[in-house]
Order: sequence, then C-alpha cells, then structure tokens
Amino acid sequence: MSPIVKLNNVSKSFGSLHVLQGVSFDVAAGSVVAIIGRSGSGKSTALRCINGLEKINSGEITVCNHHLHHDVTRAQLRALHLDVGIVFQSYNLFPHLTVGQNIMLAPRWVRKQSKSEAHEHAAEVLRKVGLAEKFDAYPEQLSGGQQQRVAIARSLAMEPKLMLFDEVTSALDPELTGEVLKVMESLARDGMTMVLVTHEMAFAKGVADKIVFMHQGRVWEEGGGEMLSAPQTPELRQFVGNGL
Amino acid sequence: MLTTFQMQALLTAAVWTAGLSLIAFVLGGAVGLLIAVMRVSANRVLRGIAFTYIQIVQGTPLLVMMMLAFFGLSILGFDLTPFAAASFAMVIYSSAYFGEIWRGGILAVPKTQWEAAECLALHPVQRFWLVIIPQGLRISTPPTVGFMVQIVKNTSLASVIGVAELTYTSKLINNSTFQPFIIFSVVAVLYFCMCYPLAWWSRKLEDKLNVAHR
Repeated sequence: MSPIVKLNNVSKSFGSLHVLQGVSFDVAAGSVVAIIGRSGSGKSTALRCINGLEKINSGEITVCNHHLHHDVTRAQLRALHLDVGIVFQSYNLFPHLTVGQNIMLAPRWVRKQSKSEAHEHAAEVLRKVGLAEKFDAYPEQLSGGQQQRVAIARSLAMEPKLMLFDEVTSALDPELTGEVLKVMESLARDGMTMVLVTHEMAFAKGVADKIVFMHQGRVWEEGGGEMLSAPQTPELRQFVGNGL
Repeated sequence: MLTTFQMQALLTAAVWTAGLSLIAFVLGGAVGLLIAVMRVSANRVLRGIAFTYIQIVQGTPLLVMMMLAFFGLSILGFDLTPFAAASFAMVIYSSAYFGEIWRGGILAVPKTQWEAAECLALHPVQRFWLVIIPQGLRISTPPTVGFMVQIVKNTSLASVIGVAELTYTSKLINNSTFQPFIIFSVVAVLYFCMCYPLAWWSRKLEDKLNVAHR
C-alpha cells in the first residue's frame, strides 16, 4: 500500500538544539505506527511536525498528499488539519464548552454541518468511546481518562484520514490508561491510520504494525513488534531493558 | 433631617449615577473589547495604536478627561451636554482599563488551547472568538467586576462639569441646608448600595473560578 505519511530527511532545530536530524520513515494507509524513545529523543517533535505544529527546517513531509516543507503557508496547514486529527497528552478540551459542544464545534463551523447533523454525529462518536451519557457534562466534571476519550471523539468527529496521538496516556494512572488504550485499539481494528508517540511498550508491541525507535533526533531502529524482543542496537536494548 | 423633596432629589440623582455607570459598562466594554483584541493582534500597527491609547488614558486623570470632554470639545465645535460629555469621558476611561484587563485574560489562556483549535482546522478568527475570547473573558471576570465598582465611584467626578448625579446633587442640597453630615452619609450609603452588590458578585465569581481551576 502507498504510504499516507512520508518523512524524508526531516531536520528541525530550536535555536542551537538539533531536535530532529534527518528523520525518515513511512506510514502505510490503515496501519498503526508507534514512535518510542527516551524523553528528548525528538519523538514528540516528529509527531508535531507531521501536522505542521512545528515548522521543519529542511527535508520534506508528505501527509495525505499535502506537502510540508520549511515555508508552508497557513492555508496549506488548514487544509492539512482537515485530514489529520491529533490528541494531546494534556487533552486540551475547551473548558468553557460541554462535551457535546466540544465535539460539535469544528464540524459545525468548519464542515458547516447543521445542528441536528452535528448533534447526531457527536452522539455517535461519543458512543464509540463509551461516553454517550456525558454529552452535557463539562470537561472538569470528568476523570482524566474520560477527558482523553472525549478528546479522541472530538478528533474523530472531523473524520480524519490520519490520527496522531502524542503521549495520550502519560498523565493517567494505569486503570485510566487502560480505558484509553482500549478505545485506541478499537480504532486500529476499524482500520484508522494512526501514529502514536507512547511509553506503553506492551501496547506498542501488541497493536502497532511498525515501531520506530528514535534516539538523539534520529530513527535508530525500526521494525515490527518483534524488534522489542530482539533489539539490534545497544541503545534500544538499554531502553527496553528498563521497560519490559 | 432631609425633607422628602430632598430625598427624592438624591434618589433621582442616584439614577443618573447608575445611568452613567451603565453607559460606561456597556459602551466602555464594547470599545474595551476592541482595544483588547487590537492589543493582542498580530498586526504591529494595531498593537501600537491600542498600546498608546491605553498609556495615554491611564496616564491622564479622569477629572481632566471630564473637563477636556466638556470644555475642550466645545471649543472644537462639539457642543455636548454635560451628561454627554461625562459619558464620553467615562467610555474612554473605562475602555482603556477594560482593554488592559481583558488583554491579560486573553494572554492567560494556555497556548495549547490555540493549538487544539488550530488542529481542528478552525479558521484563525474562529479560534479567537469561539475558543480564546470566551475563556479569556472568563478568567478576567473578577478584576472586571472589581473595576466596575471603580467606575460607579468615579462617576462622581462628573459633578465638576455639572452633571446632576449623586455627588453634584448632594453638594447642592448641602449648600442650602448645611447638614453635611446627614447628607453625605445618605449619599455614601447610596453609593454603597450600588457598589456592594458588584463587589459581592466579584468575590462570588472568584470563588467559582478557583473551584473550576482547582
């Protein structure tokens, strides 16, 4: 299958700090790719570059036929965001809106759906993440795990072709982590293309079709789930040695 | 003691004070929102204009603005009634402060909220009005209401240009009755009755916001 995301020799620096140094990898349509690595290895930055939250310095990224390079325009980014959803570590729900309003906001204003259409659609994605009864609750009334599931539903309501997950369970306890991972697993089963930055090694191994191990701003090793059991480099061996 | 007629005069004057305050709240709020938006805009010229406006207004006594609006503008050919001139000065004054208070609130909205809105493909204008402004205004509600109390009290300065509001009327009555203690006590109570509910509301909102932010 042709790749839906293609990073080609991508570099990014913040001042004198070179966060990404020639990163290349592909994501096949319908697949799940997990990016793992130490804090500071550049994995979150790589993910943020994929949907244009960070501008790259050199190289090229192709996402759903959108081409990102160092001088991408605002209009291009907006077109990209119509196709790509992202879920953040800190949920980033809109605290002044109810769960339902959070989900309906973009479909109504961006996709120009009618109120009833957006309402129906929002209820449907909420059901998908198991929170149908929370439609009128405010984010602050929900647990972290529930908020994160709402954030996933909010992204889903825009019917993205690709979903990005940036350490979405890092702020949650094991029980809440489990409920979020379950939702992500069901999305993967439905054939959603997903790229996730994660510290959940077991999840990466079980669900991801491909794992990308990043180290010092480079792709150090990539492969299937078996890669974690038989690391080729000392860096990955040390990394998983502490985890599994 | 005060006669019924004098009491009625004070109550009527209190209505003018309330009216002047309301004009400052509503029109000053509208202009203030515009100033706040200009102040955080990406456009340097707009930012500069708003900054200069705020600096000039905050650096000028309201009393002087009242005089300028009434005597100054009439020299320029705008013959305003005292009430219109006072309203004009109050709107200028309150808009600068509202603008500065709300700018702070808007900037206090976490950057991640902008990002989340951007990633949902909301247009920059939609991000601002649907996501950032409502939160920014909410954050600034307590200082906003606190400033509304200042507005009510500062309408007393309109007495210098002859607006028959509470302070002006009380001076008139005192000039004929020479009972300053009674008259000004009554006036103080009337001001308090207008300000206290605002102060109470402000405290209430502060508690509520603290709970929400934990």
